[in-house]
Amino acid sequence: MALRRGRGVAAVNYPTGMNLGGDPTQALVHSTPTGSFMVTLSSVDLGQGLRTVIAQICAETMGVPTESVTIDTADTDTGPHCMGTFASRGTHRVGNAVVQAAREARQVMLEVAAEELEVDPADLETDGQGNIRVKGASNLNISIFDTALAAHFKQGRSISGRGMFLVPRSYPETETGAMKPSTCYAHACTVAEVEVDDETGEVSVLSVKNVFEIGRALNPKMVEQQLIGGSWMGISHALYETTEPYYPNRTQGPRDYNAYLMPGPGDLAETEIAVLERPSGDGPFGAKGPGEMCANPQIPAVANAIFDAVGVRVDTLPITPERVLRALKEMEAAGAG
Amino acid sequence: MAKIPVQFTLNGSERAEFVESGTTLLAALRDKMGDTSPKGGCHQGTCGACTVMVDGELRLSCLTMAETCNGAHIRTTAGLANGEVLHPLQRAFENGFAAQCGFCTPGMIMAAAALLERNPNPSRDDVVEAISGNICRCTGYEPIIQAVLSAARANSTSAA
Repeated sequence: MALRRGRGVAAVNYPTGMNLGGDPTQALVHSTPTGSFMVTLSSVDLGQGLRTVIAQICAETMGVPTESVTIDTADTDTGPHCMGTFASRGTHRVGNAVVQAAREARQVMLEVAAEELEVDPADLETDGQGNIRVKGASNLNISIFDTALAAHFKQGRSISGRGMFLVPRSYPETETGAMKPSTCYAHACTVAEVEVDDETGEVSVLSVKNVFEIGRALNPKMVEQQLIGGSWMGISHALYETTEPYYPNRTQGPRDYNAYLMPGPGDLAETEIAVLERPSGDGPFGAKGPGEMCANPQIPAVANAIFDAVGVRVDTLPITPERVLRALKEMEAAGAG
Repeated sequence: MAKIPVQFTLNGSERAEFVESGTTLLAALRDKMGDTSPKGGCHQGTCGACTVMVDGELRLSCLTMAETCNGAHIRTTAGLANGEVLHPLQRAFENGFAAQCGFCTPGMIMAAAALLERNPNPSRDDVVEAISGNICRCTGYEPIIQAVLSAARANSTSAA
């Protein structure tokens, strides 16, 4: 009986979004009288930071400071339609809709400013600090604050824009089942190192080294944060999370956090994260969806590492000590027979 | 049912309310006193989101009866900042991206604050031990551990 070490590798492709109904999301952008911008959405921020990244996308497209953008996700009854926050689609789908809406709003904003400055809108640019100026003649300028006031109280215009994301529905081919379920794909690869106790069946993950290809990281710190958390969650899926075993029957199963296990702060693997950025052709500023993808490759990598360590293939998740022991016994029995 | 008076100091202010007998400290704080910084997660003492300090000791406010806190000094995350100036732990959590959805954060910060008050220079193992009663679903814990260690370092630098 011994502690046995093993190493496993796995790689995944992960789709961004889905195809059902064309995966639509709509967005509206409008300015307040004082030149702040509201993005109205039905999309939900689950804590992954959608509101932050959408504010960045809107500000970058409009050419205004990020602080002047407010994201309103208050009400799915009254907001523009969104399919929802799932399938790693938020940044990509909502972002695309917001880019379109913000472009339209920017055009109106420049037209209003052009009227005030008595120039052609095509000659205007934004400085990203809250001002609009004539290209090559920055002394000819107007603040976005004053532009919004002029739109509301003088010109009678609404600085606003509409945007949406929609892909053509793809139906499976009858013969082959082939279809195009998503638009772009993120990728990841993990090398996991484990130690397996062949007496108890317990597995500890010593280290995970992850490489993620996620398109362009629009907010690198938030991406890194999600990847670290996701890597942990992948290990949790691989080894911990289940409402089984339940002895002698289902009523003895875990019903609370005491018995539904996840790795705690004392069970962490040494974790490395590397990010590769290959901008997607169809994402907002090249983004893809890093969300769910980042918790996937750890699972097969850990399973492969266990195989490398003790020679058993456990193909049911999570790989609990019981399953490892049963597999070891089967292997022993097969060897003896 | 007859209501029971409870009176204690919450983050330095005298507070008094009438509550139903059996009301938890969590419910009293959130529903009666408007301090929603302690979060109700599991309501059975396993997730740590409701962690507060009662007379300097960490307590799970979902398992503590409000009526047992008469005369106590209660501290919550809402009382950590000094006016506009955030507590070093709050700054470290913010700078270190130690929160995603943020639901566990107030409990984590109270657990860490209690640790730093009794041990200003904790080891990594001390931090792990201190937050082991608090569950986080998003971060994978590592950013939280690093934030607590960095707050401890910032404290010892400013004290020196």
